[in-house]
Amino acid sequence: MGRTVIEKIISKHCGRDVTAGDFVVAEVDLAMSHDSTGPIAVEAFRKYGRGRVWDPSKVLFVLDHATPSPNERVSCLHSLLREFVSEQAIRLYEVGDGVCHQLVVEKGHVRPGDFAVGTDSHTCTYGALNALSFGIGSTDMSGVLLTGKLWLKVPEVLKIIYSGRLAPGVFAKDLMLYTIGKIGAAGADYLALEFAGEVIRNMEMSDRLTMCNMSIECGAKAGFMEADEVTLSWLEERAQGPFEPVFDDPDAAFSDLYEWDVSGLDPQVARPHSVDNVVSVGEVLGTKIQQVFIGTCTNGRLDDLRVAARILEGRKVSKDVRLLVCPASRGIMLESMKEGILPTLVEAGATVIPPGCGPCPGTHQGIPSDGERVLSTANRNFKGRMGNNRAEIFLASPATCAASALEGRIVDPREFFEGKGA
Amino acid sequence: MENKVLRGRAWVFGDDIDTDLIYHNKYLAETDPKKMPQYSFEYLPGKENFAKEVKEGDFVVAGTNFGCGSSREHAVYCLKYAGVPVILAESFSRIYYRNAINNGYPVLFVKGLSQAIKDGKIKDGDELEVDLEKGEIKDLTNGNTFHGDAVADLEMDIMKAGGLIEYLKEKAANK
Repeated sequence: MGRTVIEKIISKHCGRDVTAGDFVVAEVDLAMSHDSTGPIAVEAFRKYGRGRVWDPSKVLFVLDHATPSPNERVSCLHSLLREFVSEQAIRLYEVGDGVCHQLVVEKGHVRPGDFAVGTDSHTCTYGALNALSFGIGSTDMSGVLLTGKLWLKVPEVLKIIYSGRLAPGVFAKDLMLYTIGKIGAAGADYLALEFAGEVIRNMEMSDRLTMCNMSIECGAKAGFMEADEVTLSWLEERAQGPFEPVFDDPDAAFSDLYEWDVSGLDPQVARPHSVDNVVSVGEVLGTKIQQVFIGTCTNGRLDDLRVAARILEGRKVSKDVRLLVCPASRGIMLESMKEGILPTLVEAGATVIPPGCGPCPGTHQGIPSDGERVLSTANRNFKGRMGNNRAEIFLASPATCAASALEGRIVDPREFFEGKGA
Repeated sequence: MENKVLRGRAWVFGDDIDTDLIYHNKYLAETDPKKMPQYSFEYLPGKENFAKEVKEGDFVVAGTNFGCGSSREHAVYCLKYAGVPVILAESFSRIYYRNAINNGYPVLFVKGLSQAIKDGKIKDGDELEVDLEKGEIKDLTNGNTFHGDAVADLEMDIMKAGGLIEYLKEKAANK
C-alpha cells in the first residue's frame, strides 16, 4: 500500500514506517509560541525543573496577539516572554514584526517535509509549503520545549481535487469558505486535508497559505499541498537550509477523495456565528456593515492588500464604515508602502494598524459596538470573536471586503474585475 | 485518575461549542488556571450563569466537535478547576482533546449523544451516573444509558500519570 505525504513526513520524524491510525512520538523541526498561549507554556516548562530547552535554534517566540500592549497585564506577559527567550537564547519576533504564521513562512523557518507545531490553532498554515504543521496546547508545548518531541496519532487524509478555473473576482478565500461550508465545522475532525488539482496549482503562495490557514475551521488536524514550481521559487530566497519535497504515492489510501469543478463558484460569505455558515455573496447582498477589517494570518499578505488597493484606488470608503487595514508583517507593510498600496488605502479612508493579530481575536483595536456588523478577511466569526458578543461578524475575501467598504453594505466584488483575468 | 462511579448534574450543550464560547478571548491574559472558572461560558446564550451555578461534580455534556477553534488551554482549565470531573461529548476538537489528556483531565467520546441532546433525551439538570472505567453513563432522571469509548493506551498512560508534565517527569526519572 502506498503512503500519503503525511505518513511519509511522520515516518521520517519518528524513525519507522507508520500508517494512519498509529500512535507515535515524533521529533519536531520547529516549535512556535506567542504572547497569548506562550506564558502558560513557559510556566509549564518551569515545572519540569530543568533549565534548558532541547534546542533553542528550533524554537521561536512571537509577540503578536496583543501588540503594542494594550494594558499593563499584557505588558508583563510580554516581559515574561522576553526574559525567557533571552535566558534560553531563543529567537524572538518583537512587537510590530507581524503575525506569527506570516513570519514563520516569510522568514523561511519551515520547509517542505518539515514537522512544525505551534501554540496556535492556525499553525496549520505552513502545510502550504508541503510541511506537516498544526496547533497544540501550552502543556503540549512545554513537553516539546523539554524533549523536542510530540505524541500524536497519524491522521488519515481527506483529499480534495479542485478542477476548473476561479472566475475573476473569486479568490482562494472564497474557495476555502465554500469548502468549509460543504464539509462543515467538524467535517475533517482528526483528518489531514490535502488540497490538490489545477485550481491549487494555479494559485500563488499567498492564496495557498489562505487555504491551509483555514483547514482548522473544518476541524482538520492539518492542511497541506504538494510542492511545485510555485513552492520552490517561493522558497528560493527564504528557506533556511536544504529540503526535500514529499509526494503522495500513486496508490496512497485516503479517507475520502472529493473532486469538485469550481469554475462557476461565486464569491462566498460566512455569516455569523460559525465559519461553516457559508452562502454565495448574492444571498447577503445589501447587508449593512459598520466596520471592515482587512488583515490577519488568513488575508493580510501583499497580494491581499494589492487587490484591496486596486478596488479602492481613487475612491472613498463609505462615511458609515470604518475600514481597518493590518498588514500581516513588517515586511509586507514596508513593501506595500513602497508599492504605493498603503498610500492608496489611506487616501481612500483606511486606518492602518500595526502588524499583529489585534482586532481578529478582539484583544484590542477595532472592537465593534453592540449590534454592529463587521465584514472581515479573518478566519473566525465566532460569537464575541472580535471582542463583543453582541456584534456580528461576516467573513469574506479582501476583494469583497474592499468593495463593500465603499458602499457600507455587502456587495459582489466581481464588477471590479469584469473583462479582466484573475 | 480515580477509578470510581461519579454522580452529578448535567449541563447540556449542543454541537460545535467553540473555545471563544467556553472561555472568551477577553480573558486570555489570565495565566492562573484557578482563576479561569469564573469566565466559563460567559457568552453562551442560556449558559451565562454556568460559572456562578456550577457545582463540584457537575458534568459537561455536549454534542459533536466540542472545543473547536483556538488552541487555548484556558478552555480546559476553566472547566477542570470548576470541579467538572469529566466532559462527555459525542466528539471533541483535536486540540481540545489533546489539551484535556495532557492535563490528566478525563473526556469521554459518547456515541449518539448529539442526537440524544437534540431529542431531549438528556437535559440540563439531569442526574447522571458515570462509570469512567466502563465508559458507561446512566441518566438517572429519565433512565437512558449511553456508552463512551475508552482512550488509546498512550493517552491513558498520560492521563493516569496526571498529565503530560508528570508523565514526562516519570519517564525521565525511570531512565
